Amino acid sequence: MAVDPTRVTRFSHGSRIPGWDEAVDLEKDPSVVPDPATTPVPDVLRAQIEREMAVFTAEQRSAAIIPALYAVQRRYGWCSPEGIVQAACVLELTPGEVTAVATFYDMFEMRPVGRHTIYVCTNISCSLCGADDLYAAFREHAGEDPDFNLRSFECLGACDIAPMASVNGAYVGPIDAAEVPALLAQVRAGEEPLPDRQLRRRRSVDPNATERP
Amino acid sequence: MTDILLFRGIDEPGLTTIEVYERRGGYRALRRALETDPGELVEQLKGSGLRGRGGAGFSMGMKASFLPRGDIQKYIVCNADESEPGTFKDRELMQKNPHQLIEGIVISAYAVHATKGFIYIRGEYAAQADILDAALAEAAAHGYVGRDVLGSGFDLELHVHRGAGAYICGEETGLLDSLEGRRGNPRLKPPFPANEGLFQGPTLINNVETLSTVPHIVELGAERYAEIGVQNSTGTKLVSVSGNVQRPGNYEIELGMRSRDIIHGLAGGPPAGREVKLWFPGGSSSPVLTKDDLDLSYDFDTLAKAGTMLGSGAIIVVDDSRSVVDVALRLAKFYAHESCGKCTPCREGTSWTVKMLARVRDGTATPMDLDIMASVQEQIIGHCLCVLGDAMAMPVGSMIAKFRDEFEQHIEAARAARDRAAPAGASA
Repeated sequence: MAVDPTRVTRFSHGSRIPGWDEAVDLEKDPSVVPDPATTPVPDVLRAQIEREMAVFTAEQRSAAIIPALYAVQRRYGWCSPEGIVQAACVLELTPGEVTAVATFYDMFEMRPVGRHTIYVCTNISCSLCGADDLYAAFREHAGEDPDFNLRSFECLGACDIAPMASVNGAYVGPIDAAEVPALLAQVRAGEEPLPDRQLRRRRSVDPNATERP
Repeated sequence: MTDILLFRGIDEPGLTTIEVYERRGGYRALRRALETDPGELVEQLKGSGLRGRGGAGFSMGMKASFLPRGDIQKYIVCNADESEPGTFKDRELMQKNPHQLIEGIVISAYAVHATKGFIYIRGEYAAQADILDAALAEAAAHGYVGRDVLGSGFDLELHVHRGAGAYICGEETGLLDSLEGRRGNPRLKPPFPANEGLFQGPTLINNVETLSTVPHIVELGAERYAEIGVQNSTGTKLVSVSGNVQRPGNYEIELGMRSRDIIHGLAGGPPAGREVKLWFPGGSSSPVLTKDDLDLSYDFDTLAKAGTMLGSGAIIVVDDSRSVVDVALRLAKFYAHESCGKCTPCREGTSWTVKMLARVRDGTATPMDLDIMASVQEQIIGHCLCVLGDAMAMPVGSMIAKFRDEFEQHIEAARAARDRAAPAGASA
């Protein structure tokens, strides 16, 4: 297979691998714990983070990073750089440590996203039941809408209602691709998505409850 | 019967509240346990033959006996990061019967004298985490958790800790790193968590289903519990059946049931006119079996002898309308995405397997690529700190071995289709 070298995306330094255009600035200070005097933190956010820190001892305080990031994401809609600095300030850790954790986990958003989060499971069991068509339908109807944060996601642990999606945290399924516009309309109107299809209403020991047509 | 012990009356309205749970005899086992010597409890757990329900199948009693004695801060961690594709049993247990789990945790903590505990639940299970939080508050208000549990002098501080979306955090040492507030990278073992786990303290870490079984062992007694199931696979197991079956769902079975009776009996088998092509007996990480293996007894030892594993008890059924290439590629993509990147064989091996499988799908591979792919799988297995790489290598390797003809036919067919679409020489 011939490769056309002109079509290979390259960085300005000529390599296909990201690097530094400029040499590292050795004069610059390393990342430090943000100074509380110059880092204003909203009181509510500070209270939330401090409540999480109370579970752990002072040396164990990094264990509160994930709960703190949840608090940041709830407040700002994503893990914004300002939010991370604020969390780091309360946690008395460097922003680098907090960022390293935030970038590892799929549920932390590192860029601004729509306020309605929809995870469509596209893992094995759901894909065997038509998840690819379902995700395509979501993309078609909500892919361009800035209000939606639409993502294909790894197994959400609800293969009994495959194909399914987690809509603002509520598990819904099985969803037919044709039902997607109705579901989205409900979300836009602030209603429960497909209420009769929500996982929390399903019985466990009733095989007929999950019988497929 | 699909509601033997853990699922008994699970759909009863209000079971998440302590009133209903107590009315049904809940927390009776805890009272009895607190009157028993902790060492005796560990012996009971050993005697029950209970094996870990999360995937590894290690004896829970043995694990508990590995924790050092003495006055030292010990921890108990409940692994509720159920993220093995195809598995959804722990979700049901937490959502419908959270107090059964809490009771199991308190009893187990008492047995090993752990005084601080965490339920690490995956971030996606937001509703279940809220249910656990509420149940924990109720249990604390009734004196079942917290300082001086039921006046016994035993303290247990228990918290719910939410993860944030990473498959690797279901691996016990990855979970511990994540709980400590780091990226979820697995650790070198030994030391095992029983000696050096959370915050360097001895830690008992068990799956939701395992811990939920503990109150039943205390109630029934080790001998009676061990009578359920078959030798070396005692008790009941929740199986999550999904994929191409007519009645997907969770079923509680007695270990040693015939696999066909689970897939065709309980779950209704594949849709009309279709038959089973392959099935994963224990989550997507287990080597696949075919329709010829449906008569195997569903227990730890039989499945191990068949070259696969019971794993998390998630049966994923693939019917004969599906292409094995698509299944393999989907799996490999998942593991490549979830590899934490710490160990080279897993990080590189999963991503190259995806690239090679994509070539197979697109018809740009040769049959020799299948041999290369099989050898990549061998290079991954056993060469990493944890088994995430193995979890891709084993099923993909088994699919290539068992369905090699189909892979080769697919390569030929896809290549022919490519040639028809763009005759050789037409494009660069």
